[in-house]
Amino acid sequence: MSTFLGMPDAGAPATVSGVGRPDDPLHWGATFPDAARTALADEQLRRNLGNATSTIRAKRARVVGEVPDWEALRDAGSALKTDVMTRLPELLEELERNVTARGGVVHWARDAAEANRIVAGIVRAKETDEVVKVKSMATQEIGLNEALAEEGVAAVETDLAELIVQLADDMPSHILVPAIHRNRTEIRDIFLERMADAPPDLTDVPRELAMAARAHLRRKFLSAKVAVSGANFAVADTGTLAVVESEGNGRMCLTLPETLVTVMGIEKLVPTFDDLEVFLQLLPRSSTGERMNPYTSLWTGVTPGDGPQEFHLVLLDNGRTKVLADEAGRSALHCIRCSACLNVCPVYERVGGHAYGSVYPGPIGAILTPQLTGEKSDLPYASTLCGACYQVCPVKIDIPSILVELRAREVELSGAAPDTADRVWQAAMKAASYAMADGGRFRRAARLPRALRAIARHGVIRRLPFPGSLWTRSRDLPEPPRQTFHDWWAARERRAGTRQEGER
Amino acid sequence: MRIALAATCIADAMFPQAPRAVVTLLERLGHEVVFPPGQACCGQMHVNTGYLADAVPVVRNHVRTFAPVADGEWDAVVVPSGSCTGSIRHQQRMVLERAGLDAEARTASAVAGRTYELSELLVDVLGVTDVGAWFPHRVTYHPTCHSLRMLGVGDRPERLLRAVDDLELVPLEQAEGCCGFGGTFSLKNADTSAAMLQDKVGHVLDTGAEVLTAGDWSCLMHIGGGLTRTASGVRPMHLAEILVSTREAPVVPGAADGRQEVAR
Ligand code: SF4
Repeated sequence: MSTFLGMPDAGAPATVSGVGRPDDPLHWGATFPDAARTALADEQLRRNLGNATSTIRAKRARVVGEVPDWEALRDAGSALKTDVMTRLPELLEELERNVTARGGVVHWARDAAEANRIVAGIVRAKETDEVVKVKSMATQEIGLNEALAEEGVAAVETDLAELIVQLADDMPSHILVPAIHRNRTEIRDIFLERMADAPPDLTDVPRELAMAARAHLRRKFLSAKVAVSGANFAVADTGTLAVVESEGNGRMCLTLPETLVTVMGIEKLVPTFDDLEVFLQLLPRSSTGERMNPYTSLWTGVTPGDGPQEFHLVLLDNGRTKVLADEAGRSALHCIRCSACLNVCPVYERVGGHAYGSVYPGPIGAILTPQLTGEKSDLPYASTLCGACYQVCPVKIDIPSILVELRAREVELSGAAPDTADRVWQAAMKAASYAMADGGRFRRAARLPRALRAIARHGVIRRLPFPGSLWTRSRDLPEPPRQTFHDWWAARERRAGTRQEGER
Repeated sequence: MRIALAATCIADAMFPQAPRAVVTLLERLGHEVVFPPGQACCGQMHVNTGYLADAVPVVRNHVRTFAPVADGEWDAVVVPSGSCTGSIRHQQRMVLERAGLDAEARTASAVAGRTYELSELLVDVLGVTDVGAWFPHRVTYHPTCHSLRMLGVGDRPERLLRAVDDLELVPLEQAEGCCGFGGTFSLKNADTSAAMLQDKVGHVLDTGAEVLTAGDWSCLMHIGGGLTRTASGVRPMHLAEILVSTREAPVVPGAADGRQEVAR
């Protein structure tokens, strides 16, 4: 089992219990600034995240650097996804036809509740109370495990990091490495407390932890009658589904149980089998920093006598057609969930995934979550627009530009029903707009900071009243100059004029 | 060349030493500098905070003020800021188009096509890397995010710095990491911004440099505001302030930061 990032170094033991499972996996917890403040105060978390993200960043850079046509591959990935989005309805129907022709059953789910009902119905018909799961963002998004639990069905996560998260009653904090916020001491404690068959003398050596999980899971793989997975890709022209993974647990789930249920967001399509060529190069290098992922499982419908004899594909909308209808935000659906944008994001690196209050954290979460929910959100502001995400995204999603678009939408939403903070911002922006739309007005406004010279000491201002305190809490403000540039230039022109007159 | 200067609102009001240095530098290189007095701001702050409607009059003013460059009255517009250049190039047209101002949007594109960040102007348009500067100090360079990733200025600023006599350029650890400013991000997410700043300040201090330089006073204001709290004495200076320094007219780091200087 691969444990390269799921287990940061040992550190001070923290509490075993996680943040709990929220009612809405796309919107939970405190506001972003508040949640970020809490996360920033956690030194251990910052160290865990800093180490993990810098390791994976370096790995990615190395393996991307060795591909001579990387930029061409990105262009190809981007073009393919753009094509898929323009033809999504017909491609989905093509997929449905081909899956059905090969013995699979296709279900369409409008939202999370409908998808959960469909899966629960399939599981109930199999008269089982336990299913094994392959790591999947789509089922996290719809809260499938909780929905199944209500029906008396235990869904067992078989990805190591996802198992850790589940045992701790926690939420994932990274798309690829859901337990990135946990160090191995915490993981040992979680296993000892929550995994009945964990050896009592378990240490925090990664290999031992992996072996304990492996023994625990092996029993589940062999007994489960139903497996639930997500999909990395679905090929329209063949009806083939693809899952890529590192640990081999996915392969077990996809081959051992009698029945397989795959829940897939409708955007995961590629038109033809050949197109996988592009994505199977882009994805592993961008995500785990590997040239090739250890396990690539492809299956098409049902093959008699080999693997699951019953296959269900649940096509999930859950807000995606709304995103698709939006020209400015639509390319968020191009995402192949590689998580490269999380690993390079300076904000994510410091606050971690839980601060985003969504199963989709980081830069992609900041553009996808508010679009999927359609609710007012502070996530579009959780970025400095530094552009690091855009630079690494294997399908070239221009995340900074979409963030700006979404900010404009937030401003419109808050214009309709402003709270106090909204009103302050609106007034400030209005005033600034007035002052900055005319050279003469600006010239007068630019002199105003000069008044602050009265409170400057040694060239800086240490403390300002609110809202200036938001700045001076952690940085000084330099003493404003005696003379603005506008005034300096005007004086220079006058001087030049006088000189010329004198010469005449 | 006749070059129009867009001073940027923040430098105009708070750091006039940078646009002043641009004027002196370009004149020293034999060019004529014009400062169109109608200018105020490029609109970046409004756009990046999502206030697109309030950005419209600001952007229109900028485009109107610099439209003569599109007619050839000036050869180029120079901006001593990577992020303002980025906004002019990548946002102004969009803002005007969304407001239904198609003709002005076209003018905005034409103006943007002749607008350059300082290091771009020097290296690409004027074809110089050695501007004849002298600056006998230990300097580290922070490549601001928008210069680096939005404009792609690459190593132009470093090439300019390496050509400065007696300047010792020391590399900055994790130079490409954002300093945490992000405009209104620094207020809306003040804690996260401060955490990023803390790391950047640490890396700057590790270099042992006397001067931190960049192509953008907004980022410099942020990092500088963190540096003065460490009592380290590292001085933030705009690239132009270093390039303008010569043996005949040396610029001394921190000599009142040029803040007291007044022309009459
Ligand atoms: S947005 Fe791009 S970089 Fe981020 S997870 Fe999706 S594909 Fe990867």
